Amino acid sequence: MHEVGIANSILEAGHTEAARRPGATLTGIGVRIGVLSGVDIDALRFAFECITAETEDEKVVLTTEKCPRVNRCEDCNNEFASPQLSPFTDAPCPRCHSTRTKFVSGDQLDIAFVEVEEP
Amino acid sequence: MTVVRVEQKVLNENQRIALELRHRFEENSILCLNFISSPGSGKTTLLESTLAAFRPEEKIAVLTGDLQTENDARRIARYGFPVQQIVTGGVCHLDGKMIERALEPWPLENIDVLFIENVGNLVCPSSYDLGEEAKIVLLSVTEGEDKPLKYPSIFHKAALLILTKVDLLPYVPFDIEAAKANARQVNPEIEILEVSCATGKGMDEWRAWLGERRAKRQPHFAGSVKSVQG
Repeated sequence: MHEVGIANSILEAGHTEAARRPGATLTGIGVRIGVLSGVDIDALRFAFECITAETEDEKVVLTTEKCPRVNRCEDCNNEFASPQLSPFTDAPCPRCHSTRTKFVSGDQLDIAFVEVEEP
Repeated sequence: MTVVRVEQKVLNENQRIALELRHRFEENSILCLNFISSPGSGKTTLLESTLAAFRPEEKIAVLTGDLQTENDARRIARYGFPVQQIVTGGVCHLDGKMIERALEPWPLENIDVLFIENVGNLVCPSSYDLGEEAKIVLLSVTEGEDKPLKYPSIFHKAALLILTKVDLLPYVPFDIEAAKANARQVNPEIEILEVSCATGKGMDEWRAWLGERRAKRQPHFAGSVKSVQG
Protein backbone atom coordinates (compact mmCIF):
# COMPACT_ATOMS: atom_id res chain seq x y z
CA MET A 1 0.00 0.00 0.00
CA HIS A 2 2.86 2.40 0.77
CA GLU A 3 5.07 0.91 -1.92
CA VAL A 4 4.62 3.97 -4.17
CA GLY A 5 6.09 6.14 -1.41
CA ILE A 6 8.93 3.69 -0.92
CA ALA A 7 9.55 3.56 -4.70
CA ASN A 8 9.73 7.37 -4.75
CA SER A 9 12.25 7.37 -1.89
CA ILE A 10 14.36 4.80 -3.75
CA LEU A 11 14.34 6.83 -6.95
CA GLU A 12 15.18 10.04 -5.06
CA ALA A 13 18.08 8.37 -3.26
CA GLY A 14 19.33 7.02 -6.61
CA HIS A 15 19.30 10.49 -8.12
CA THR A 16 21.02 12.02 -5.12
CA GLU A 17 23.80 9.47 -5.46
CA ALA A 18 24.08 9.92 -9.26
CA ALA A 19 24.24 13.71 -8.83
CA ARG A 20 27.51 13.32 -6.92
CA ARG A 21 29.10 12.38 -10.24
CA PRO A 22 29.00 15.24 -12.72
CA GLY A 23 27.34 14.32 -15.99
CA ALA A 24 26.40 10.80 -14.86
CA THR A 25 23.02 9.28 -15.77
CA LEU A 26 21.24 6.97 -13.36
CA THR A 27 20.70 3.55 -14.97
CA GLY A 28 19.98 1.21 -12.06
CA ILE A 29 19.32 0.91 -8.33
CA GLY A 30 19.76 -2.15 -6.13
CA VAL A 31 17.76 -2.56 -2.93
CA ARG A 32 17.65 -5.11 -0.12
CA ILE A 33 14.22 -5.90 1.32
CA GLY A 34 13.94 -7.96 4.49
CA VAL A 35 11.06 -10.38 5.08
CA LEU A 36 10.15 -8.28 8.14
CA SER A 37 10.30 -4.91 6.37
CA GLY A 38 6.57 -4.81 5.64
CA VAL A 39 7.32 -4.12 1.97
CA ASP A 40 6.02 -6.43 -0.74
CA ILE A 41 8.58 -6.81 -3.51
CA ASP A 42 6.09 -7.40 -6.33
CA ALA A 43 4.08 -4.34 -5.31
CA LEU A 44 7.29 -2.34 -5.06
CA ARG A 45 8.43 -3.36 -8.54
CA PHE A 46 5.01 -2.50 -9.93
CA ALA A 47 5.05 0.89 -8.16
CA PHE A 48 8.54 1.61 -9.45
CA GLU A 49 7.45 0.84 -13.03
CA CYS A 50 4.43 3.12 -12.64
CA ILE A 51 6.34 6.12 -11.34
CA THR A 52 9.12 5.84 -13.94
CA ALA A 53 6.96 5.05 -17.00
CA GLU A 54 7.19 7.71 -19.69
CA THR A 55 9.69 9.75 -17.69
CA GLU A 56 13.43 10.23 -18.12
CA ASP A 57 13.83 7.39 -15.57
CA GLU A 58 11.99 4.86 -17.73
CA LYS A 59 15.18 2.88 -18.31
CA VAL A 60 16.30 2.77 -14.69
CA VAL A 61 16.49 -0.90 -13.68
CA LEU A 62 15.40 -1.81 -10.15
CA THR A 63 17.20 -4.84 -8.71
CA THR A 64 15.69 -6.34 -5.56
CA GLU A 65 17.21 -8.81 -3.16
CA LYS A 66 14.92 -10.45 -0.60
CA CYS A 67 16.68 -10.93 2.73
CA PRO A 68 15.80 -13.72 5.18
CA ARG A 69 15.30 -13.43 8.92
CA VAL A 70 18.65 -14.14 10.53
CA ASN A 71 18.81 -15.24 14.17
CA ARG A 72 21.73 -15.90 16.46
CA CYS A 73 21.79 -18.97 18.67
CA GLU A 74 22.29 -17.94 22.29
CA ASP A 75 23.86 -21.28 23.14
CA CYS A 76 26.45 -21.76 20.40
CA ASN A 77 26.52 -18.26 18.84
CA ASN A 78 25.77 -19.64 15.38
CA GLU A 79 24.04 -17.17 13.03
CA PHE A 80 21.52 -18.75 10.69
CA ALA A 81 18.70 -17.80 8.32
CA SER A 82 15.14 -18.99 8.93
CA PRO A 83 14.29 -21.54 6.25
CA GLN A 84 12.03 -20.71 3.27
CA LEU A 85 12.37 -16.98 3.94
CA SER A 86 10.11 -17.37 6.95
CA PRO A 87 9.78 -14.24 9.11
CA PHE A 88 9.17 -16.41 12.19
CA THR A 89 11.36 -17.78 14.93
CA ASP A 90 10.18 -21.38 14.81
CA ALA A 91 13.44 -22.74 13.41
CA PRO A 92 15.87 -24.10 16.01
CA CYS A 93 19.62 -23.63 15.56
CA PRO A 94 20.69 -26.01 12.79
CA ARG A 95 24.02 -26.62 14.55
CA CYS A 96 23.09 -27.37 18.17
CA HIS A 97 19.24 -27.52 17.86
CA SER A 98 18.74 -24.97 20.62
CA THR A 99 15.54 -22.91 20.45
CA ARG A 100 17.04 -20.00 22.37
CA THR A 101 17.67 -17.61 19.51
CA LYS A 102 17.85 -13.84 19.11
CA PHE A 103 16.90 -11.69 16.13
CA VAL A 104 19.84 -10.30 14.14
CA SER A 105 18.42 -9.01 10.84
CA GLY A 106 15.55 -9.31 8.40
CA ASP A 107 13.88 -5.90 8.53
CA GLN A 108 16.14 -4.27 5.95
CA LEU A 109 14.84 -1.61 3.62
CA ASP A 110 18.21 -0.58 2.26
CA ILE A 111 19.76 0.76 -0.89
CA ALA A 112 22.76 -1.40 -1.70
CA PHE A 113 24.06 0.22 -4.88
CA VAL A 114 23.28 2.53 -7.77
CA GLU A 115 24.43 2.11 -11.36
CA VAL A 116 25.35 5.15 -13.39
CA GLU A 117 26.56 5.76 -16.90
CA GLU A 118 29.37 8.24 -16.98
CA PRO A 119 30.34 10.32 -19.99
CA MET B 1 28.63 1.53 -16.55
CA THR B 2 29.75 2.26 -13.00
CA VAL B 3 28.33 0.55 -9.94
CA VAL B 4 28.45 2.67 -6.80
CA ARG B 5 27.99 0.92 -3.45
CA VAL B 6 25.66 3.01 -1.35
CA GLU B 7 24.57 1.20 1.82
CA GLN B 8 21.93 3.52 3.15
CA LYS B 9 18.38 3.16 4.33
CA VAL B 10 15.69 3.73 1.71
CA LEU B 11 13.89 5.91 4.24
CA ASN B 12 17.07 7.78 5.10
CA GLU B 13 15.34 11.15 5.21
CA ASN B 14 12.57 9.86 7.49
CA GLN B 15 15.21 8.21 9.67
CA ARG B 16 17.10 11.50 9.97
CA ILE B 17 13.95 13.33 11.10
CA ALA B 18 13.02 10.49 13.48
CA LEU B 19 16.44 10.63 15.13
CA GLU B 20 16.07 14.38 15.58
CA LEU B 21 12.61 13.91 17.11
CA ARG B 22 13.91 11.17 19.41
CA HIS B 23 16.66 13.48 20.56
CA ARG B 24 14.19 16.29 21.27
CA PHE B 25 11.91 13.91 23.17
CA GLU B 26 14.85 12.79 25.29
CA GLU B 27 15.98 16.36 25.97
CA ASN B 28 12.52 17.24 27.18
CA SER B 29 12.00 13.94 29.06
CA ILE B 30 8.98 13.13 26.92
CA LEU B 31 7.66 9.58 26.76
CA CYS B 32 6.40 9.15 23.19
CA LEU B 33 4.34 6.10 22.25
CA ASN B 34 3.16 5.18 18.74
CA PHE B 35 -0.14 3.22 18.62
CA ILE B 36 -0.64 1.05 15.54
CA SER B 37 -3.47 -1.32 14.60
CA SER B 38 -6.05 -2.16 11.96
CA PRO B 39 -8.93 0.31 11.67
CA GLY B 40 -11.46 -0.44 14.39
CA SER B 41 -9.22 -2.27 16.86
CA GLY B 42 -9.89 0.36 19.49
CA LYS B 43 -6.96 2.78 19.45
CA THR B 44 -9.12 5.85 20.05
CA THR B 45 -11.21 4.12 22.71
CA LEU B 46 -8.09 2.94 24.56
CA LEU B 47 -6.72 6.48 24.43
CA GLU B 48 -10.00 7.84 25.79
CA SER B 49 -10.00 5.40 28.70
CA THR B 50 -6.33 6.18 29.33
CA LEU B 51 -6.80 9.95 29.29
CA ALA B 52 -9.83 9.72 31.58
CA ALA B 53 -7.59 8.41 34.36
CA PHE B 54 -5.03 11.23 34.23
CA ARG B 55 -5.32 14.19 36.55
CA PRO B 56 -6.20 17.38 34.62
CA GLU B 57 -2.89 19.03 35.52
CA GLU B 58 -0.84 16.24 33.94
CA LYS B 59 1.09 17.19 30.83
CA ILE B 60 -0.33 14.81 28.26
CA ALA B 61 -0.69 15.47 24.52
CA VAL B 62 -2.13 13.47 21.64
CA LEU B 63 -1.53 13.42 17.89
CA THR B 64 -4.02 11.38 15.95
CA GLY B 65 -3.75 10.44 12.28
CA ASP B 66 -6.47 9.61 9.79
CA LEU B 67 -6.92 9.80 6.05
CA GLN B 68 -9.89 12.13 6.48
CA THR B 69 -12.03 13.84 9.16
CA GLU B 70 -11.31 15.37 12.54
CA ASN B 71 -13.63 12.92 14.33
CA ASP B 72 -10.94 11.31 16.49
CA ALA B 73 -9.51 14.64 17.64
CA ARG B 74 -13.00 15.74 18.63
CA ARG B 75 -13.50 12.56 20.67
CA ILE B 76 -10.14 12.91 22.38
CA ALA B 77 -10.46 16.66 23.01
CA ARG B 78 -13.29 15.99 25.46
CA TYR B 79 -10.70 14.90 28.04
CA GLY B 80 -9.19 18.38 28.20
CA PHE B 81 -5.67 17.57 27.01
CA PRO B 82 -4.15 19.16 23.90
CA VAL B 83 -4.85 17.10 20.80
CA GLN B 84 -4.15 17.61 17.12
CA GLN B 85 -5.59 15.74 14.19
CA ILE B 86 -3.16 14.95 11.38
CA VAL B 87 -5.25 14.52 8.25
CA THR B 88 -3.00 12.66 5.83
CA GLY B 89 -5.32 13.19 2.86
CA GLY B 90 -4.99 9.63 1.63
CA VAL B 91 -1.52 8.73 2.86
CA CYS B 92 -1.69 5.37 4.65
CA HIS B 93 0.74 6.11 7.50
CA LEU B 94 2.26 8.94 9.56
CA ASP B 95 5.86 9.89 8.86
CA GLY B 96 8.48 11.87 10.75
CA LYS B 97 7.87 15.08 8.82
CA MET B 98 4.17 15.08 9.76
CA ILE B 99 5.04 14.71 13.45
CA GLU B 100 7.66 17.45 13.23
CA ARG B 101 5.17 19.81 11.63
CA ALA B 102 2.37 18.94 14.07
CA LEU B 103 4.63 19.61 17.07
CA GLU B 104 5.63 23.10 15.86
CA PRO B 105 2.96 25.02 17.81
CA TRP B 106 3.52 23.06 21.02
CA PRO B 107 6.21 23.97 23.55
CA LEU B 108 7.76 20.56 24.21
CA GLU B 109 8.62 21.42 27.80
CA ASN B 110 4.88 21.34 28.47
CA ILE B 111 4.59 17.68 27.47
CA ASP B 112 5.45 14.66 29.61
CA VAL B 113 3.65 11.98 27.61
CA LEU B 114 2.92 12.17 23.88
CA PHE B 115 0.53 9.61 22.46
CA ILE B 116 0.58 9.19 18.70
CA GLU B 117 -2.39 7.37 17.23
CA ASN B 118 -1.25 6.21 13.81
CA VAL B 119 -3.47 5.74 10.76
CA GLY B 120 -5.46 2.50 11.08
CA ASN B 121 -3.28 0.12 9.08
CA LEU B 122 -1.17 -2.86 10.13
CA VAL B 123 1.32 -2.63 7.27
CA CYS B 124 2.67 0.76 6.25
CA PRO B 125 3.05 2.51 9.65
CA SER B 126 5.52 -0.19 10.65
CA SER B 127 8.10 1.15 8.15
CA TYR B 128 8.14 4.72 9.49
CA ASP B 129 10.03 5.60 12.64
CA LEU B 130 8.42 8.61 14.34
CA GLY B 131 11.05 9.02 17.04
CA GLU B 132 8.84 7.16 19.52
CA GLU B 133 10.21 5.26 22.49
CA ALA B 134 8.02 2.28 21.68
CA LYS B 135 5.50 1.09 19.17
CA ILE B 136 2.36 -0.44 20.67
CA VAL B 137 0.28 -2.73 18.47
CA LEU B 138 -3.40 -3.36 19.22
CA LEU B 139 -5.26 -6.47 18.12
CA SER B 140 -8.94 -6.85 18.94
CA VAL B 141 -10.53 -10.22 19.64
CA THR B 142 -12.99 -9.65 16.80
CA GLU B 143 -10.09 -10.00 14.37
CA GLY B 144 -8.29 -13.23 13.51
CA GLU B 145 -5.74 -14.69 15.92
CA ASP B 146 -3.44 -15.22 12.91
CA LYS B 147 -2.95 -11.47 12.33
CA PRO B 148 0.60 -11.60 13.73
CA LEU B 149 1.45 -14.28 11.17
CA LYS B 150 -0.15 -12.36 8.30
CA TYR B 151 1.40 -9.00 9.20
CA PRO B 152 4.64 -9.93 10.95
CA SER B 153 6.45 -6.63 10.45
CA ILE B 154 4.53 -4.59 13.01
CA PHE B 155 4.39 -7.38 15.59
CA HIS B 156 8.13 -7.74 15.20
CA LYS B 157 8.76 -4.04 15.83
CA ALA B 158 6.27 -3.48 18.66
CA ALA B 159 7.40 -3.58 22.29
CA LEU B 160 3.87 -4.20 23.54
CA LEU B 161 0.83 -6.03 22.15
CA ILE B 162 -2.51 -5.01 23.64
CA LEU B 163 -5.31 -7.48 22.99
CA THR B 164 -8.45 -5.34 23.08
CA LYS B 165 -12.20 -5.94 23.51
CA VAL B 166 -11.52 -9.05 25.63
CA ASP B 167 -15.00 -8.70 27.17
CA LEU B 168 -16.26 -10.10 23.83
CA LEU B 169 -14.25 -13.33 24.15
CA PRO B 170 -17.28 -15.46 25.16
CA TYR B 171 -19.06 -14.45 21.94
CA VAL B 172 -16.32 -14.79 19.32
CA PRO B 173 -14.24 -17.75 18.14
CA PHE B 174 -10.95 -16.05 19.02
CA ASP B 175 -8.24 -18.29 20.48
CA ILE B 176 -6.38 -15.85 22.69
CA GLU B 177 -3.57 -18.24 23.58
CA ALA B 178 -3.00 -18.92 19.86
CA ALA B 179 -2.89 -15.18 19.22
CA LYS B 180 -0.21 -14.74 21.88
CA ALA B 181 1.80 -17.69 20.59
CA ASN B 182 1.60 -16.28 17.06
CA ALA B 183 2.87 -12.90 18.21
CA ARG B 184 5.77 -14.58 20.02
CA GLN B 185 6.62 -16.50 16.84
CA VAL B 186 7.54 -13.19 15.27
CA ASN B 187 8.80 -11.44 18.38
CA PRO B 188 9.68 -13.63 21.37
CA GLU B 189 10.29 -10.54 23.52
CA ILE B 190 6.96 -8.80 22.94
CA GLU B 191 5.03 -7.93 26.11
CA ILE B 192 1.31 -8.73 26.02
CA LEU B 193 -1.65 -7.23 27.88
CA GLU B 194 -5.36 -8.11 27.72
CA VAL B 195 -7.66 -5.13 27.98
CA SER B 196 -11.34 -4.26 27.80
CA CYS B 197 -12.23 -0.60 27.81
CA ALA B 198 -15.90 -1.57 28.22
CA THR B 199 -15.42 -3.39 31.54
CA GLY B 200 -12.09 -1.90 32.62
CA LYS B 201 -10.42 -5.33 32.69
CA GLY B 202 -6.67 -5.07 32.31
CA MET B 203 -6.62 -1.27 32.55
CA ASP B 204 -4.67 -1.35 35.83
CA GLU B 205 -1.99 -3.47 34.19
CA TRP B 206 -1.87 -1.12 31.20
CA ARG B 207 -1.54 1.93 33.45
CA ALA B 208 1.18 0.16 35.42
CA TRP B 209 3.06 -0.51 32.16
CA LEU B 210 2.71 3.15 31.26
CA GLY B 211 3.79 4.20 34.74
CA GLU B 212 6.92 2.08 34.56
CA ARG B 213 7.90 3.52 31.19
CA ARG B 214 7.28 7.01 32.49
CA ALA B 215 9.29 6.47 35.62
CA LYS B 216 12.26 5.46 33.48
CA ARG B 217 11.97 8.62 31.40
CA GLN B 218 10.99 10.98 34.23
CA PRO B 219 12.60 9.99 37.53
CA HIS B 220 10.58 12.70 39.30
CA PHE B 221 7.47 10.82 38.26
CA ALA B 222 8.39 7.56 39.98
CA GLY B 223 6.80 8.65 43.27
CA SER B 224 3.40 9.25 41.71
CA VAL B 225 2.99 5.99 39.80
CA LYS B 226 0.52 4.81 42.39
CA SER B 227 -1.86 7.71 41.96
CA VAL B 228 -2.02 7.13 38.21
CA GLN B 229 -2.79 3.47 38.76
CA GLY B 230 -5.51 4.24 41.27
